[in-house]
Amino acid sequence: MLRLERRATPSSLMRFASPLLAALCMLMTGFLLFSALGKDPMEAFYLFFVKPVSSTYGIGELLLKTTPLLLCGVGLALGFRASVWNIGAEGQLTMGAIAGGGVALWFGDSDSSLAMPLMVLAGILGGMAWAAIPAFLRTRFNTNEILVTLMLVYISQLVLSWLVHGPWRDPEGQNYPQSQGFGDAETMAVLISGTRVTWGIVYALALALVAWIFSQKTFAGFRMQVAGLAPAAAAYAGFSEKRNIWIALLLCGGMAGLAGICEVAGPIGRLQQQISPGYGFAAIIVAWIGRLHPIGIIFGALLMSLLYLGGEAAQMGMGLPSAITGLFQGLLLFYLLATDLFINFRLKRVDSGKTRPTAPRESVA
Amino acid sequence: MELRKIWNALRVCVAAGLTATLPAPAFAAEPLKVAFVYLGPVSDGGWTQQHDVARKKLEAALGSAIKTTYVENVPETADSERVFRQLAADGNKLIFATSFGYMEPLQKVAKLFPDVKFEHVNGFKTAANISVYEPRFEEGFYLIGVIAGQMTKTNTLGFIGSFPIPSVMRNIDSMTLGAQSVNPKIKMKPIWVNTWYDPGKERQAADTLIAQGADAVAQNTDSPASIQAAQEKGTYAFSIDADMSSFGKKAQLTGTTEDWSGYYIAETKKVLDGTWNGNRHTRWGLKEGLVVMAPLNSDIPPEAVKVFEDKKAKLISGELNPFAGPIKDNGGKEMVAAGSIMPAATFNSLNWYVEGIEGSVPK
Repeated sequence: MLRLERRATPSSLMRFASPLLAALCMLMTGFLLFSALGKDPMEAFYLFFVKPVSSTYGIGELLLKTTPLLLCGVGLALGFRASVWNIGAEGQLTMGAIAGGGVALWFGDSDSSLAMPLMVLAGILGGMAWAAIPAFLRTRFNTNEILVTLMLVYISQLVLSWLVHGPWRDPEGQNYPQSQGFGDAETMAVLISGTRVTWGIVYALALALVAWIFSQKTFAGFRMQVAGLAPAAAAYAGFSEKRNIWIALLLCGGMAGLAGICEVAGPIGRLQQQISPGYGFAAIIVAWIGRLHPIGIIFGALLMSLLYLGGEAAQMGMGLPSAITGLFQGLLLFYLLATDLFINFRLKRVDSGKTRPTAPRESVA
Repeated sequence: MELRKIWNALRVCVAAGLTATLPAPAFAAEPLKVAFVYLGPVSDGGWTQQHDVARKKLEAALGSAIKTTYVENVPETADSERVFRQLAADGNKLIFATSFGYMEPLQKVAKLFPDVKFEHVNGFKTAANISVYEPRFEEGFYLIGVIAGQMTKTNTLGFIGSFPIPSVMRNIDSMTLGAQSVNPKIKMKPIWVNTWYDPGKERQAADTLIAQGADAVAQNTDSPASIQAAQEKGTYAFSIDADMSSFGKKAQLTGTTEDWSGYYIAETKKVLDGTWNGNRHTRWGLKEGLVVMAPLNSDIPPEAVKVFEDKKAKLISGELNPFAGPIKDNGGKEMVAAGSIMPAATFNSLNWYVEGIEGSVPK
């Protein structure tokens, strides 16, 4: 008989092995699933994980989709480590797109070299401003930031909808709810020719590194980690909880806002009602898969992006339903939570001949 | 040994994948690859389902001459461009894009693949290899109005709108005109929910309209929520895209549904025999069998059915046009004079309510 037993210290091996094990379990379940559906599992795996990245264009698409996931994931993880539960990166992304897109529309077809830097700046500030609302409400009135950030997602989407239906609607667009297309100077340069991937991915990777240095090497980063691990210790040390909340929300807001402007000034090229297929929410999974660690999140974002592309390829190649994408994402998170148990616990064999222990067992929390 | 088997399988797959990406040689025996891109899931019970039903009919009609593929749940974000591009690169020669928001990505991809033919629903931008198709929804909504105007006891109708874009504005306007043609006392109350599919919001809107006295509510959103609401409250509702009477047998009076198969078969045949052209804008309605009315509820009295059938016959023959003057806007200003028909420019960018609709169009 097997029994779970708490480890004396958390296993650092399992901390790294857990995401890999989870990915392996996901693949094995996928194998069984495809076989049960009567599809060749190897072909399905090929379509899912190889075909999407078998061309330069495909790699570009992978990086393009990784960009917003990575920016939002790294931003969210900074907060999660300090126990600041911002789940509204989607709204901060939308507000960044609105602010940056507004600047682009103001420049019109101008070829000013100031346009792009100002758009990026406005995007970052827009996301920050949106995240400042829950930061203010939490620090001033002790409002729950989970609810506030989530509700602000819907408000930001309605603001965007109002703008493209009203004041920012393209006068030549036959009343359809979208803005004019951005000019050439207001569109981000493509990084690899023949693809759609922009400089956004470079910003995202650089910011992941900066975030890693911030949380590992600076005092502000240290204060936030302590606040997350041991709030009482942080309070005793005199670390300001309010300052942590402000830093966590503003940094995430800025990064999500950057993701928003990269999306509208990149592949979309205009403002329209829907600009993100839920990157801000998917980034929550990305942050956890990446162990809330910026470098881990780079891999998490790449994997998540590949699952989206693979789902499309599997539909086109084998006629599998699109639900397969969500299924794989769900399986991955499910197995990750399961394998994470073994960071703090281990399986121990108990001799079945003996009587069961009568002492209360450690509960599996 | 097991590993070797897997490796061999892998190699075969990789080889197959590589040849699949090469341009397919134009053998006569090679089936024409036709692809469909859907906004929702094929099981949405409405818009997307109807397109997929037609795709299956297309396959049944043309058999081995074609091979169809579809991709569902493609959002109107930067993602659709990749899907179109991939489908074109995979050798699909005819691609149907079944949502308005695919318009700009389609323009970009069509330039990259001049030998691939694209068909876009409800859009307005064509090209040498893009044609646009659209149902004459206003005919279906006019007839919904004819039934609603005869069945209402409060003379108040409701409309759950998705977005106030021209193709939806035509529906609320034509429904109101249809109802007024049989009942001049008609008032119409609209609620805009800013979504195509959100059962929660649609339900709320339906409850609000019913509470305000609207006893016959039509919708331009995709879920059956308003039919369920009407069934519970004992009022009337109308389905859209598909027949939704299973959600409210008593409540659903009729509805407007689409059968896209005729159009899909005709266009695919044109590609097969080389007569397909771009730059066309096709509008099909009751006459061509694209717009189909859902079965009439047996509670509708025979006199009302007769009026309905009469108007329907006139719409099919062209004797009746939903947008024939005189038409006033809801400020009382004459927009279309008696004896004339709404000009195409107005029709294509319609953004005002006809007389009898309450409130103002959301900006």
